[in-house]
Amino acid sequence: MSIEFLVASGIGWVVAVGVYLMLRGRSFAVVLGLSLVGYAVNVFIFSMGRLWSAAPPILGAKELLADPLPQALVLTAIVIGFATTGFVIELALRGHHDGGNDHVDGRDEAGAQDAGAR
Amino acid sequence: MNWIDAHLPVLPVLLPSITAIVLLLIGDHGGEDAAHGHRKLLWARRLALASVFVGLLIAARLVAEAADGGVRAYLLGEWPAPFGIALVVDRLGALMLLLTSLVALPVLWYASGGWDAHGRYFHAIFQFQLMGLNGAFVTGDLFNLFVFFEVLLIASYVLMAHGQGVVRLRVGLHYVVLNLAASALFLIGVSLLYAKTGTLNLADLALRVPELKGADATLAQSAAWLLLVVFGFKAALLPLSLWLPATYAAACAPVAALFAIMTKVGVYAIWRVHGVVFGADAGASAYAVESVLLPLALGTSILGVLGALAAHTMERLVAWLTVASVGTVLVAVSLFSTAAWSAGMYYMANSTLVVAGLFLLAELVAAQRGDAADRLEPAAALAQPALLGVLMLLAAASAAGLPPLPGFIGKLMLLEASSAHTWQVAVWATVLSVGFLTLVGLARAGSILFWHVRDDLPAGSYAGSSPKLVGATMLLLAATVAMSIFAAPIQRYTADAAQQLEDRGAYARAVLDTQAGRSETTRPYTGTVTAPPAGAASAAEALR
Repeated sequence: MSIEFLVASGIGWVVAVGVYLMLRGRSFAVVLGLSLVGYAVNVFIFSMGRLWSAAPPILGAKELLADPLPQALVLTAIVIGFATTGFVIELALRGHHDGGNDHVDGRDEAGAQDAGAR
Repeated sequence: MNWIDAHLPVLPVLLPSITAIVLLLIGDHGGEDAAHGHRKLLWARRLALASVFVGLLIAARLVAEAADGGVRAYLLGEWPAPFGIALVVDRLGALMLLLTSLVALPVLWYASGGWDAHGRYFHAIFQFQLMGLNGAFVTGDLFNLFVFFEVLLIASYVLMAHGQGVVRLRVGLHYVVLNLAASALFLIGVSLLYAKTGTLNLADLALRVPELKGADATLAQSAAWLLLVVFGFKAALLPLSLWLPATYAAACAPVAALFAIMTKVGVYAIWRVHGVVFGADAGASAYAVESVLLPLALGTSILGVLGALAAHTMERLVAWLTVASVGTVLVAVSLFSTAAWSAGMYYMANSTLVVAGLFLLAELVAAQRGDAADRLEPAAALAQPALLGVLMLLAAASAAGLPPLPGFIGKLMLLEASSAHTWQVAVWATVLSVGFLTLVGLARAGSILFWHVRDDLPAGSYAGSSPKLVGATMLLLAATVAMSIFAAPIQRYTADAAQQLEDRGAYARAVLDTQAGRSETTRPYTGTVTAPPAGAASAAEALR
């Protein structure tokens, strides 16, 4: 089994879990799902520079080179993802306070059914 | 003066961001009745308005330069183009900058009439929003487009919830989550494209995508599809447009009016990526999304106008009209011809101004109708039926496309441009019937708002009709009338802009290397290390 297969299926699995969570009715689960999808996307960007082992991302080194650009992109994506996740948590908390429940549509009875099903 | 001239392309981004920082330092007014806080608010208003006005002058200057010059590239930190961050101002970009400022100035003036006191840091966030919008319009790089998208989205999340309230928070949460999901798709599309071409610079992409063949071309096209989903979401393209009416109707009026330009960011990105990079000369990937974009755009128009007919509040009606107008612009984009693109630009400028004006007008009318607010049901008589009625008539006629207003000119240009196209019948039928139904929808709303007066209720008060608020609304509508008066020069400009957009060679020469018009890069790596710098290949041998 190649490393590419492992990474690819890992990304696929995390995205699947993330999408499942994003489709839930509670904003907490949705935020978790968003974070998971964000992680998977970050690994995806990283692997788009191809997977190298023992290769520094520095031009001019007398060795095999890894592509430095996706690594720079992924840093930006991580920072932005972190900020937006923080914001969405705050927004969800605020909605929970003002609306009285953390159902994404603000409907209590639907939320109660959801909780009862668990 | 020379210094300013040399750095002109970066100023639309720098100016709002510096203003926003200063506004943050000035601090919040905190509490509406505190005397000290009020002075802070006054200063914040003056500073923000002055900054947006200077921004308007800069944008006008850039348009004037773009009109008679070529593509202007600005390399941040003098890093050569495909590696560093490049800002590019061409005719389309300059036009979008000007449009943003033209919407922002009256909207900010309107917001200074009282809305900015309903929450915290309105002016600072507004400036950050402008920074994101301007940045998205001047960037010459797909990843920076993502970054500026995020900047404008984060600002819009806060503006969306401005004024608070349970509905705004709930709809705001939907808006944020949907946009974050779209951002994830954006990143996947961008990195796929990078993996196949080794570049994210739009000029470089336009040169490299045509070289892709076979499986590589297929992967690049799948990236194009992903990006279409993202940009289509921002622009409210058909299956992804249902979030827009709820969001825009929940936002307060000046914010909704500013958001009128946000859907156009999506349209602009589709223009750049799918119109040019995956456009006519893209080799195996040419017209990658045309087969789907055109029917979806037609469907968006129809859905938008049907929603407008069914709307039960004025704000929702205007929000649905936004969807309809975006559909019409996207029809022009997906016709892939110079004439159609020119028509699209003209119509986009007009519809943005009209929709923004209508959002403000809807609130002015609602404020005078007592408890009924903007619900379309009989209510108390308006205090100023003549003034608001004339404004409404003007906006409605322009939105529906009645001569001599610019909506008519834009639609006429679009109909002419589609005349040799295989989808001509569908385009004509859709554009004409959408125009007619828009008129019906607005006439229905207008007759209820102005004529279905309940005599048992006391007549409306002058609430919310200070000269400032009415003046800001009039300014937006006056801008659309001016578009009609100056139709010929604007039309010449948009025709040139469309031509310039199609000339990917000239764009690449301006952005990349002035002599070669071609970037040097070692990427993309193929896995067998042959392309990278000397030494790497032998090192790979040694590792085995």
